[in-house]
Amino acid sequence: MGKNAVMKLMEFIVADAIVPELAATTRDEAIRELVSSLSAVGAIDTGAVDDIVAALVKREKTGSTGFGKGVAVPHVKHSSVTKMTAVVGRSVGGLDFAALDSQPVYSIFLLLSPDNAAQQHLQAMNIIFSNLQKDMFRRFLRQSDSKQKIVDLLEEADAGK
Amino acid sequence: MTAVTRDIIILNSLGLHARPAMQFVDLANQFQANITVHKEAGPDGVEAATVDGKSVMQMITLEATQGTSLRIEAEGDDAEEAVEQLAKLVEDKFGEEE
Repeated sequence: MGKNAVMKLMEFIVADAIVPELAATTRDEAIRELVSSLSAVGAIDTGAVDDIVAALVKREKTGSTGFGKGVAVPHVKHSSVTKMTAVVGRSVGGLDFAALDSQPVYSIFLLLSPDNAAQQHLQAMNIIFSNLQKDMFRRFLRQSDSKQKIVDLLEEADAGK
Repeated sequence: MTAVTRDIIILNSLGLHARPAMQFVDLANQFQANITVHKEAGPDGVEAATVDGKSVMQMITLEATQGTSLRIEAEGDDAEEAVEQLAKLVEDKFGEEE
């Protein structure tokens, strides 16, 4: 992690699009709900929603991004995306993401990158996973039942608290 | 027991993103040896890091872009073979490119 150039979560997570209680009960529904939320706040092109959802689902089928501990990070590059953008979703009941540890997923970071942004993508994945590795962060995220609470948690993480 | 180490360079253009990290960890988990991956501190404030080569989440936090040097270290009965195969996976660009 670069000391001078550490990327912050809130640089690419769209606060307004955060979904504190997903209605979705399946992986594919959750992906659609989160991409639609990004579209609804104007973060991505509405016309590209179906295509992006299909690409994310296809990516999950080649290998789950549910890397364990109740979190999943579905991600894809897409030509319609001009600026790296992400959204956080929380599932109260848990979702089957075919996770590596076979456990349900309660917290989702969905990340969309433009083409040709490999380095930026790795920086974002680094900052996301650096936080998701922390037991406290995961626990608080799972308990954050409003958009504001999730934003507060992400901002605290960015501040290094 | 002595540790086996090997210096490698990430060659594939997308770097060590989720899928290659996954491949690395899948392979690492086939060995009994303890496997760690180390990144040296670099310019621009890049911090040194040592992570568990059997954890996808930890491997992704290496933020290893194309050209990044890493040191694989394995300790255990099958350490030699583990390092050999892991280095080959990286050298083969995780099968992503010709």
